[in-house]
This record gives sequence, C-alpha cells and structure tokens, in this order.
Amino acid sequence: MSARSWQRKGVGRKADSLFAIMAALSGVLILLVLAYMVISTTATALPVFGSQGISFIAGSEWSPSNGQFGILAFIYGTVVTSVIALVIAVPLSLGVSLFLTEYSPRRLRGIIGYAVDLLAAVPSVIYGLWGVFILLPLFLQPTADFLSDNLGFIPIFKGPASGLSYFGAGVILAIMITPIITSLCREVFDTVPNADRQAAYALGATKWEMIRQAVLPRGRAGVVGATMLGLGRALGETIAVALLIGSSVKVDTSVLSPGYSMAAVIANQFQEATGDHIRALVGIGVVLFGLTIIINMGARALVWRFNRV
Amino acid sequence: MSPETLPVDANSERTGVTPLAAVAARDDSEISQGLAEKPVFAVRDLSVHYGKSIALKGVTMDIRPRRITAIIGPSGCGKSTLIRCFNRMNELIPGAQVSGEILYHGEDIYASGVDPVVVRRHIGMVFQRPNPFPKSIYDNVAFGAKINGYRGDMDELVERSLRRAALWDEVKGKLKKSALDLSGGQQQRLCIARAIAVEPDVILMDEPASALDPIATTRIEDLMQELKQEYSIIIVTHNMQQAARVSDETAFLYTEVDAETSARWGILVEFGDTGQIFTKPRDKRTEDYVSGRFG
Repeated sequence: MSARSWQRKGVGRKADSLFAIMAALSGVLILLVLAYMVISTTATALPVFGSQGISFIAGSEWSPSNGQFGILAFIYGTVVTSVIALVIAVPLSLGVSLFLTEYSPRRLRGIIGYAVDLLAAVPSVIYGLWGVFILLPLFLQPTADFLSDNLGFIPIFKGPASGLSYFGAGVILAIMITPIITSLCREVFDTVPNADRQAAYALGATKWEMIRQAVLPRGRAGVVGATMLGLGRALGETIAVALLIGSSVKVDTSVLSPGYSMAAVIANQFQEATGDHIRALVGIGVVLFGLTIIINMGARALVWRFNRV
Repeated sequence: MSPETLPVDANSERTGVTPLAAVAARDDSEISQGLAEKPVFAVRDLSVHYGKSIALKGVTMDIRPRRITAIIGPSGCGKSTLIRCFNRMNELIPGAQVSGEILYHGEDIYASGVDPVVVRRHIGMVFQRPNPFPKSIYDNVAFGAKINGYRGDMDELVERSLRRAALWDEVKGKLKKSALDLSGGQQQRLCIARAIAVEPDVILMDEPASALDPIATTRIEDLMQELKQEYSIIIVTHNMQQAARVSDETAFLYTEVDAETSARWGILVEFGDTGQIFTKPRDKRTEDYVSGRFG
C-alpha cells in the first residue's frame, strides 16, 4: 500500500503562485509609473516654481521672453470652460438618460443608447475641427452675439462677443462630455429598483413625481460621480479647447471673450519652447494634475457622503 | 349629532371633493342608515391580456366594505394580476390590456375619463417586499400626502398614520432616521402607514408578509384586523393558513390550460365566505387545493 501523495503534480504546482506574482507586479508597476511621473515632472519644473514663487499660480503675466511665468489666466480658463461645460452637459445628460430609462420605447432606447456611445468614441480633434468650421459660424458666433446684445448688462455676457471664447470652448466641451455623463447616469437609473417606482405610483404619483421622488434620490450619488468624471475629462481636454478658446492670455469676466486654458497652452507652445519656458509648461502640467486630483478626491468624498444617507 | 349625519361629515372631510370620493361618502351614509350594503368593488367579467396571451379570464365578484377579502390559488394563477387591476397598476406593464368592468362604489375605474393617478389616491397598495423609499421615516409617510397637496398639519398626519399602522411607539424618537435602518417587519408596517397617510378607503396587499418572519407576520395580521374597522382590505396570499386566519371572504383562483396550445390563464373558481371555502368548498378543485392536495 503506497502512501497517498498530498502534492499537486506538474505545472499546476507553480501556476497559482506565478499568477499571483504577475498580478502583484502589474499593480506595483502602475504605482511606480504614477510616482515617476509626479516626481520627474515636478523636478523638471522646480526651478521655475522657485524663481516665480507664488506668482506662478497667482500672477497672470505670461511672457516667456522676459522670463515671466504667471499661469492664472490658464487656470482661470480651464476652470471657466469646464464649469460652462457642466452647466450645459449635466441637465442635458439627465434629460437624455431619463428619457432612455423612463420614457422611450424599448426599440428607440437601443438606437439612442448606441448613438450616445458612438459620440463618446469620436476623437477630440474631430470635435475641435467640427466646432471651428461648422458650429462656430452656425451656432457659436450667432449665440454669442445674441447673448451680448440682449444680456450684455450682465458682466459675464459683456461684449465684444466672440465665438472663439470661453463660451465656445465650453459648448464644445459640453458636447464632448455629455455622452459619458449620459451613459453613466443611465446605468445608475437602470439600477433603481422597480419596487421603488411601483411604490410611488401606488401612492398616486404622476410619472414626473415618481422620477423626482423615487428615481433621482436613488441615483443621486451616481449622478454626482458621473458629473465628476465628465468634469475630469473637461479639465484635461486639449485639442478641441485649443482650437476654440481663442488663445488670449488674460483673465476676463465675460465668457464671450477669448481666453486660454492650461492644456491648450501646453499643446500650442511646447514645440517652440526652450529652457525655462519648457519648465514652465511642465509646471502647468503639474498644477493641472494637482487640480484634477483635488477634484477627484472631492468627488469621492461627495459620493461617499451621498451613499451614506 | 344624529347618527345619520355624523358618518357623512366625517367621510367628506376625510376624502376630499373628487367625484369618486363623493360617491364613496354617499355610499357610506347609506350603510349607516341601515340600507343594503353596497360592494366597494363590483368586478364584472374582468379579463387581462399581456400582449397576445391571456392572463386572467372572466372574473366576476363583489368586494364588500370593511372586510378582508383573500385571493388564494397556486402559483401563476393570476392572483397578483387580479389585485393589480383594482388600482390600475397593471397598465404600467407594457402590453397589458384590461377588459370588462371594475365598478368602485358604482363607478367604472376603467372608464375613458378616469385618471389612473386619481384612482391610486383612493386605493392604497402594499407590496410583497417592503419597499420604503431611501428617505427618512417621516418623509416616507408624508410622501403621498405631499404629492396629493395635503394642506393640513403634516406632523399630525404622520403620527396618526404611524399609530394606525402600530409603528408609532417603535419609531417616535427617530422619525428623521433613514427608513432603510428599520427591520423588515417594521419597514412593511411603515409601508402600510405610508399607504394609510393618503387616506384611501381600500388597501390592497400583495403577499404582504411573504418576506417576513413569523413574529412580524403575526403583527401584520393583527394590524389587518384593526384596519378593517375603517378600510376594505384585499389581500393576495400564498399561505392558506393566513387566508383562513385573517380573511372574511376568500376567492380561489386556479390555472386553466388549453390542451392544444398549452396556453395558461387564471380563472375564478369559487368565491365565498372564508369558513365555507375552507370547510365546505363547493368545487372539487377548491377542495383539493385547501386540503393541500396540490399547490
């Protein structure tokens, strides 16, 4: 009678631990890449941070030939265009996703859902070119003129109005981030239990009351999360914004005047930059990265708070 | 106050001024005057289709006021389909079609001018699984009253509804806490309180205790006995003992199968006094079912 072997035989003996090691290495690698990026870019930009001090982010004087690098105008442009994008895209996305989950017949749901996903796959340079050649003359410039003519007494709509402006870039951004926000919101609304809908109906709710009281509260955390993901994309979007923002280094209260954004200035000036100018552009990248991280953390905190209620 | 006028006043105050409620109030006054008891619901040759397939065929029955009417039968016999006809919940399912009549205090709730939203404000419903909204206990109870434009004292309404649902003592200190933190049985009583707060005169219960433990089930059953003083209750139950314990009248539904197409639909086999259904059923199929030979 031979003793029973309690060992696995052949490759199987090692495969499990081998796979575990590979998975762990992948996890560590991504951390290393991230850390290397942060450290190397910060190190590159450090001399400019040192020479400019706080005026790097607080000053708006950007004059590479004179060694002056204040990026406030770029930060301002990035934030303003992103806010405009959200103001337009969030209500639009909520409308589309509620239509898809609550109103549209099943067949239409598939077609529109597919179209939304396709929109998300269009490269941003195409959005940018389309924005400049089609949207600018047909919609952006007329709308900008209309706003300044009729609402010009409000500082943010003061003329002279340009389609190549915070407004123009914000509209293109809105179109670009609507698909991602829509498809996330749609998934969130799809998870609202039918029992909740029925409970609202059984109490005499109309469809709108049902949506407002049963669907939206359940989806609140998801909607905030989707908005933040859209915001993340808007903050970093480069080419389309570079084409439409007007490339003017100033802080202007009117959204109808040309401005500049962080990602756009990096893309536009990197080619011909040398020395400290390059370091300053990398520094803008570091600040943009920091801004994105702060917003992401804020979003997580928000989602976490909503989930607890 | 004379006994003739009191119930009329109480009811017109309770149910508002819509035509359906006016009929309800008139009907109640007739009862108090000792006239023949009119049914809350008169179901006439009711059939339900989902798309092309028929789910329920030719149901005719009268639901009496201030009683508990149980609907029993094996799985898939159309019990839930039937109870959902009483507050027009079936039409939320795409393709559902109802034919025949359901007269609520003499008025056809499927008539062309009747808004299902208004129907549901008179006829409350409690579901199989407790389904409170992810809101506070208070907001859950106030929900229906708010969307119906209730103008009275909301705090008082919430307390009264929770008291009627026998939940007040357990939650009075934590009305602002999330309803999802309550136990399953408490959540179900909260759902009953939520339905009561709309001040309906009928409460539909679709297997209200099937997701609850025996103790919570007992509390729901006790509560039903109290509620039937004021409300007409229709309950679907899978549990024959429960039907025998709580109900005054019982409807037995059964599945008929077409031999050729093997299509299946529910029919009402027998409807009568609960004692009679369980002890002296007239139909062989009822007898087989209540004696546990199938289902």
